[in-house]
Amino acid sequence: MTDGILLDIQHVSRVYPDGQNGQAEGITALQDVSLTVGRGEFVSLLGPSGCGKTTLLRLLAGLDTPQGGQLLLNGQSINGTSPQRGYVFQQGGLFPWWTVEQNIAAGLKARHVYRREKARVAEFLELVGLQDFADAYPHQISGGMAQRAAIARSLINDPEVLLLDEPMGALDSFTRADLQDKLLELQRVSGTTMILVTHDIDEAVYLSDRIAIMTPRPGRISEVVTVPTEKPRQRSSQAFTSLRGELLEKFHLASQTPLPEYAI
Amino acid sequence: MKQIDNTNPPVTDRRLIQAASLSSAGFLAAILGNWLIPQISDGVKLADYALGPLRLDMNGFYRIVLLAVMLTFLLGGVRARLDSRRRPGYVRQAPFRFVLGLALLLYDILGTKLQLTPQPFFPGPAQILESFLMEGSYIGKNLLYSLRLFGAGFIAGILLGVVTGVLIGWFPKVRYWAYPVLKISGVIPAVAWMPFALTLFPTPFAAAVFLLVITSWFPVASQTAFGIQSVSRVHLEAARTLGGGTAFQVFRVAIPSASPQIFTGITTACASSFTCLVIAEMMGQPGGLGYYINVVKVWSAYYKVFAAILLMAVLFSLILAVIGVLRDYVLRWQKGVIK
Repeated sequence: MTDGILLDIQHVSRVYPDGQNGQAEGITALQDVSLTVGRGEFVSLLGPSGCGKTTLLRLLAGLDTPQGGQLLLNGQSINGTSPQRGYVFQQGGLFPWWTVEQNIAAGLKARHVYRREKARVAEFLELVGLQDFADAYPHQISGGMAQRAAIARSLINDPEVLLLDEPMGALDSFTRADLQDKLLELQRVSGTTMILVTHDIDEAVYLSDRIAIMTPRPGRISEVVTVPTEKPRQRSSQAFTSLRGELLEKFHLASQTPLPEYAI
Repeated sequence: MKQIDNTNPPVTDRRLIQAASLSSAGFLAAILGNWLIPQISDGVKLADYALGPLRLDMNGFYRIVLLAVMLTFLLGGVRARLDSRRRPGYVRQAPFRFVLGLALLLYDILGTKLQLTPQPFFPGPAQILESFLMEGSYIGKNLLYSLRLFGAGFIAGILLGVVTGVLIGWFPKVRYWAYPVLKISGVIPAVAWMPFALTLFPTPFAAAVFLLVITSWFPVASQTAFGIQSVSRVHLEAARTLGGGTAFQVFRVAIPSASPQIFTGITTACASSFTCLVIAEMMGQPGGLGYYINVVKVWSAYYKVFAAILLMAVLFSLILAVIGVLRDYVLRWQKGVIK
């Protein structure tokens, strides 16, 4: 079993002291959070805003450091950013001064391997279906295309894990469903482990192998739910809707008062 | 991705011919007026000059210049005929060009033919152009001196400004120590350093370059620092997660991201550098258009002063145009975002 573990999050806590993060008093973003993620797994961090899911993702990326506990990738402590851990931002992550093609090549340039691996840029353009937009600048393409380009830009580095911070949050529902299928396809092809931050229950159920349910004040993982059905899943199937109902129920149980955004 | 302007109906060939006729009509009137109206006032002596194979007086030269402008307008009409995107602009400019020609005609009559404008302060257009016939090569020498001075000082100032701006914007320590210095020294008009510069530097040229460097350095440095500081955190974090080190973050992310502000700084620097250039040349340079104005005004040759001013207008507009072309190329990724 230990061979299969890629990420090991052990008793991690993160407190923003007074005055930081726009808050008047100290905020416990994460308290004693533990989770393991297996190689090739798709895990969602699901919860309402303020539950610390993005904080956890940033800790995994090395963009932030925990005050307590530790995070391990392949048994090695995570310390700073690394191209091994790709990160896709909610929006605006592409460099606007570069074309789609140049954006996808950015990781190769950053790692000084561009000259050797240039040919892969075309391959990844095609993988996300943007070969016809190679020379377009980010402001000329749609939000969905921009996120596909951002995903390709991270995947070209062959990361061990791809961290996705609500990449579909700013998209309309049709584009969102499209990108969700693309993400599943990319995972099937590349076998990359993916961790997705989302507050969309349907999205989590549709994509994940396991769902970590997070609750706020203080931010912690209250439960990890395994999604039993095989992918690809039918959004209208019995199993889908019943799991969806179950998750909604859990959010009511996990917090004292029903959170308005999940109240039916 | 081409922006199609469909608010206006397309410009027909008929409208285009009308516009071309209107554009040239004013200048044609100016040419005919200069040619047909006799010299009435006797305050003007007509001398012949050699221009290449031609021998002509100031009126002949003036008409050649008018003709050249008119032909440029017609050439613009031909280009508009071939490129429909140029048509609306060409048609829009026609009335202005027509009135400009008429204004020159009026100015020619009042200034040169009748000399009703106060002389010698407001000479006619042909008299102003006569300066180029009289001492064209001398003016050219001064023009080149100005260009050399400006090029050296302005470019060095920009380079220095970008480097210090990046350092100030990127390193908080540098910002802490250098930013107050930049702020204080930036508000001092560079020409105030003139006496100091002239004693400190071995040649007047080097002294003027120094003044131009500090003139252009300040706006470029402060705008660059501002641009680097306002680089989006997401872009820097994206660079880090892609494996980009400090060099990548500075040269591939921060500087391109700050390039719009850098160009704002360069444009501002350009305008104040023109001022600095002319003042510096007037205060102790052995050449340059400012120096030329100083020399000729001693002889009350105001038509030559106007000639130098005209040349400055052309030169500085060209420099601004070159910077504009460069900016549009570098910031092509912004097209549509701004404008």
